[in-house]
Amino acid sequence: MELLKKLTQASAASGNENNIFDIIKKEIEPYVDRIDVDAMGNLIARKIGDGKKVLFAAHTDEIGVMANYIDENGFVRFAPIGGVDLYSALYQRVRFHNGTVGTVCFESKSDVKKDLKVSTTYIDVGASNAEEAQKLVNPGDTAVFDGDFFEREKTVVSKALDNRAGVYILIEAIKQIKNNSLDLYFVFSSQEEIGLRGAKTATYNIEPDIAISVDVTDTGDTPGCEAMDVKLGNGPAIKIMDKSVITHKGLRDFISRCASDHSINCQYEILTFGGTDAGAMQTVKSGCITGAISLPVRYIHTPCETANKSDIDGCIKLVGEICKKDFILV
Amino acid sequence: MLKILSELNGVSGNEKIVADFILSQVSDLADETICDSMGNLIFLKKGKKPNSKKVALFAHMDEVGFIVTDITDDGYIKFAQVGGLDDRILLTQKVKIGKNAIDGVIGIKAVHLQTKDERGKVIKTDEMYIDIGATSAEDAKKYVSKGDYISFQSEFVWLHNMRFKGKAIDDRAGCAIMMELMKEKYDSDVYFCFTVQEETGLRGASVLSRRINPDVALVFEATTASDTAFIPKHLHATTLGKGPAITMMDKGSYSNIALKEFVVSVANDRGIDFQYKLTANGGNDARAVQTGASGAKVCSVSLPCRYIHSPSCVADLRDYENMKKLARAVLNEIHNFEPEPEE
Repeated sequence: MELLKKLTQASAASGNENNIFDIIKKEIEPYVDRIDVDAMGNLIARKIGDGKKVLFAAHTDEIGVMANYIDENGFVRFAPIGGVDLYSALYQRVRFHNGTVGTVCFESKSDVKKDLKVSTTYIDVGASNAEEAQKLVNPGDTAVFDGDFFEREKTVVSKALDNRAGVYILIEAIKQIKNNSLDLYFVFSSQEEIGLRGAKTATYNIEPDIAISVDVTDTGDTPGCEAMDVKLGNGPAIKIMDKSVITHKGLRDFISRCASDHSINCQYEILTFGGTDAGAMQTVKSGCITGAISLPVRYIHTPCETANKSDIDGCIKLVGEICKKDFILV
Repeated sequence: MLKILSELNGVSGNEKIVADFILSQVSDLADETICDSMGNLIFLKKGKKPNSKKVALFAHMDEVGFIVTDITDDGYIKFAQVGGLDDRILLTQKVKIGKNAIDGVIGIKAVHLQTKDERGKVIKTDEMYIDIGATSAEDAKKYVSKGDYISFQSEFVWLHNMRFKGKAIDDRAGCAIMMELMKEKYDSDVYFCFTVQEETGLRGASVLSRRINPDVALVFEATTASDTAFIPKHLHATTLGKGPAITMMDKGSYSNIALKEFVVSVANDRGIDFQYKLTANGGNDARAVQTGASGAKVCSVSLPCRYIHSPSCVADLRDYENMKKLARAVLNEIHNFEPEPEE
């Protein structure tokens, strides 16, 4: 879990993915044949094999904010990066990549229940004028929301489990794979949170036979939540559908068989909102067989995203087992 | 040049007049010319150094406008929007319809016939019609057919302080600058892409991104300036007179950080004024180019423009000149742009 902690606490808002490349490279270098970084900021690791070309994608970026205007009193206005919910953002701390810490605040004469908008919020970085602020932050600088990592007996809580947990799962799976016959590409993809952009171009270049994204999904096991048949602790969720994708039935069944053959508890996921890299990968060029393995996470896009440790282990084992096979799809 | 381009009519899907004009002006400056099936114009200028990186520049030829959907029994023209337009600016505008540029005016029933409710709300495009002076359907059909394109009629006019007003500054400004840039030779291979159907969904640029698959792409655009009366400063997307606007992020693309910093450093080195575009809304061809194929490093540089997507765009000649200067300087040095900031 030390690695997961390190990954979640690193900061890489969409577009700034290279901030965590060193962590990933250091872990996987001994286990892969090559590592490349492309124009979109995807880090692509390859374990060469003679068999089918299989691509796994886990996005490295997280939601955040970008400073875009500094006023004469040193307050910073910003644009959200990805699906930032202002209600959960308000009065949270944001940490810029240069170390500056700010707090997201609200124009107090406005009515927070009615007028909470990007245009009525700002970041206080503790500067007393523009000049002071510019030493700390400049337009274009990005920040992510603070959210410490802590471990309970069964669960972990942190910011950015979406999707450093997916990154962690791929890293740990890579370490387990030996003598693969499949031609394996592990894409640590960029800019998922702002439109599945990195996975799209990586898939264009690689032209895989099969593409599987590894990301987080919501759960339906908390008070007053949307009905959804995914529970924390019930194992990896094999995605059937979300707003971006309907996964390949044969691949889905294959993953499910793979799980039951190796006694990995798993569940199915139907998400009525949101999307993931699989959505972009499926329709690039002439298309590829696409699936997704999701880690159930509560409170996604907040500083207290919560996941179950045995679910994480289940995902690692499942990805590892899939990579050992040669694909037979029905 | 900007005046001439602005007064040409080229609503999305019907860019031919603009394309023909550009072709007539610059085709002898190019090593290769391609007109593709979508109507995009691509000019390749080979670089002085072989095997340099592939650089593509984008500006879209199309403008927002309308299309004829029906002709009423009384000879009025019903129409639909092409591209994003604000219903509130349309009434009583002068327009030109079809190949023969038939004059017309956008109308609505007289104010005394409107209910109180109707007067308080925004009149929608589908409640409006265009009056060409026809007295019957038969009369109207002599001049206008279903599917004819409709453009705003708006003269290019100088205002105070080197500012000007015209239609289609978005994105004839980008076209004019690229035509100017074609006169020089650069170290890298440069593709000058004049695209179609940007306003209806970046369609021209989408197919071009796959044809060219550039390493680096710069998009020359016009973008909204909201530096007008009653608006607090932090909501000024861009400001007239502060120089060309460099995009950090918008709804469609995230400028490559290293490329953006390269453009900024060129501007700083040469003392060229520039500003950042503050809003992260909007999008342009950069989106299609960035993710259309293998992925390109993109950055947009835009002319700040008030009342964009209207017949009365207002922009500043100094911003235009600075944008041209910046574009030229960046292109002259683009071979020095070193990607891979992480290494």
